[in-house]
Amino acid sequence: MNQAAKAEILTTDGIPLKVSLRRAERINKFRAFALVLPLTLFIIITFVIPIIAMLTRSVDDKQINTVFPKTFELYKQWDRKELPTEEMYATMFGEIVNADKRAIGKASTRMNYSKSGWKSLIKKSKRKFKKIKEGPYKEQMIAVDKRWGEIGFWKALGEMADPITFGYFLNAVDLKYDSNKEIIRQPENRRIYNYTWYKTVKISVLVTLFCLILGYPIAYLLATLPLKYSNLLMIFVLLPFWTSLLVRTVSWIIILMKKGVFNSILVWAGIIADENRMQLIYNETGTLIAMTQILLPFMVLPLYAVMKTISPTYMRAALNLGAHPMHAFYRIYMPQTVPGISAGGLLVFVLAIGYFITPELVGGADGQLIGHWIAYHLKSTLNWGLCAALGTILLVVMLALYWVYNKVVGIENIKLG
Amino acid sequence: MALPTYTTTGQRIGYYTYLFYCGLVFFFLIAPIFMIVPLSFNQSPFFGFTPEMLRFEPEAFSLRWYRQMLGICRPDDIITTVCTNKWMIGTKNSFIIGLAATFLATALGTTAALGLSRPHMPFKGTLMALLISPMIVPLIITAAGIFFFYAKFGLVGTYTGLILAHTALGTPFVVITVTATLTGFDTNLIRASQSLGADTMRTFFKVIMPLILPGVISGALFAFITSFDEVVVVLFLGSVEQQTIPRQMWSGIRQEISPVILCMATCLVILSIFLLTTVELLRRRAERLRGIRL
Repeated sequence: MNQAAKAEILTTDGIPLKVSLRRAERINKFRAFALVLPLTLFIIITFVIPIIAMLTRSVDDKQINTVFPKTFELYKQWDRKELPTEEMYATMFGEIVNADKRAIGKASTRMNYSKSGWKSLIKKSKRKFKKIKEGPYKEQMIAVDKRWGEIGFWKALGEMADPITFGYFLNAVDLKYDSNKEIIRQPENRRIYNYTWYKTVKISVLVTLFCLILGYPIAYLLATLPLKYSNLLMIFVLLPFWTSLLVRTVSWIIILMKKGVFNSILVWAGIIADENRMQLIYNETGTLIAMTQILLPFMVLPLYAVMKTISPTYMRAALNLGAHPMHAFYRIYMPQTVPGISAGGLLVFVLAIGYFITPELVGGADGQLIGHWIAYHLKSTLNWGLCAALGTILLVVMLALYWVYNKVVGIENIKLG
Repeated sequence: MALPTYTTTGQRIGYYTYLFYCGLVFFFLIAPIFMIVPLSFNQSPFFGFTPEMLRFEPEAFSLRWYRQMLGICRPDDIITTVCTNKWMIGTKNSFIIGLAATFLATALGTTAALGLSRPHMPFKGTLMALLISPMIVPLIITAAGIFFFYAKFGLVGTYTGLILAHTALGTPFVVITVTATLTGFDTNLIRASQSLGADTMRTFFKVIMPLILPGVISGALFAFITSFDEVVVVLFLGSVEQQTIPRQMWSGIRQEISPVILCMATCLVILSIFLLTTVELLRRRAERLRGIRL
């Protein structure tokens, strides 16, 4: 007995079976991994790294420090109470004169975010400083532009002294640093983001709710009808899913316009007068209607998948025991569909908060979501730090929801069509 | 689902109200898509039904916007509208980018799905989450990230840049559909083939591929439609040369509202019907095959 346990089972090659098995296992693991590797690398390089690189822009403040390194060295010793010393003026002077034109342009744009006026001041100085040959610089600089003598401008530089800033994140929620690096609220007329965040969440919640109200009954119908009818009706859900987003957006524009189909039908039917056609598009209403229709399949499909697995015998049993149909539905059927409701709800909500195309085209000024501002700062103002900060917040919210979705539904269970 | 004989009048009314409600929702889903089809044959440069159209007068309908879409110009068309073949260029670009991205996405996605479905795969959940992430991250964030990063390598405004971006966006669909097909896959078939002397490549092309082909084709179609319909990345990454159909429609909606958009939209609806039918047929075939095996 003892001897038999000691003598290991050998394969025909004379290698212990355990070792041989482990080796085979390792080779299998390695093979599986080798198959996944190309795509993993591809996604990391073309997708993950670009997004992470963009996210770092939200805190990155190095650019200005590379243009004015010595000035910022001195800046850290400055007491911030009275105008800087001649030495600091001289350093700043030298760095402006010697700076690369493109680099200083970018830096001055950044400086302008903390106090407007810096951009024009730097531009003017860069041009006029050439005439100044020797020191003392302080008076001559103030003579070129009296803003050099204002302590407010110098103080505004303070928030840029570190290579990392949270200023963009503060801006993304309508806060900012004041000249003493205290956090304060943005002036009244520049508070736009909190409202947009609120609106993004509000529209997403409403769209999710509407999708549930519209999607639940038809998912139930599809799940309970005989297969030959439900397969036919399923096309009604799948065709919008496959149709171009822009096509659906265009059709909503045609329907909801003031002279559009919907208003015309109402006028023709005599429900409203020709002169008070309703404004249904280029506002929040338009965004809500179009997004609900576009995202509805994403609610119906998970609901349908769950409802399909619920056995009809439970309902029959409840009815048999004397429950009112409504009561039986509410107490017996609905609780079983909760996984479907949460899956569909999360999916629709996650898709809705990141939406850009549809709100941009049908939302007008009133129906814009946060995606609009990300695109705006990316393409129009070129305030990429703020663009990245808004994007980071959105992405963190998304990933949190994605994580919840993974816990609730399991990411492998996503089904298409 | 006929009602049983014992239902009360109240229940009947309730049931028919429910059916009516469902009918309305189906109408809400499908009507907007087909609304544009008759409007694309409109004679006048107008985005609604003219009274003449509603009376079905033949003069109210015309193919002039289709001609314009195809870049064919008649003398009387030129007077009223600008005649360009930008829609055809857009179509060409959409197909170049779409087909290239689909090819890459399908090759990469299928290989990865084969690996992910192996029982020995380590870190399966994490990898799956990573590979599906392009589908989850909002397009606007993807576009911003890709724009900054690709700019460093001079890929902004190039076909390569767009193809790479669209490949990344399309792969999750391939991974999902192929993994789904592989869940019912009988691994004994691979062993049988190998024991009969086939090498890895032969096993793949003669045994595995024919069985997972429906999943691969569905995935490829999903990847293609993703690229074909994608506008946000094109908006930020593409230059004037890489105008695709969605990009043309986007600027068409925002600037010159012309019924040519409706013609293109009609073509896209036909394309989507075609793709949907193909995917549905493939799905049923796969279900049937699986049914036989069980």
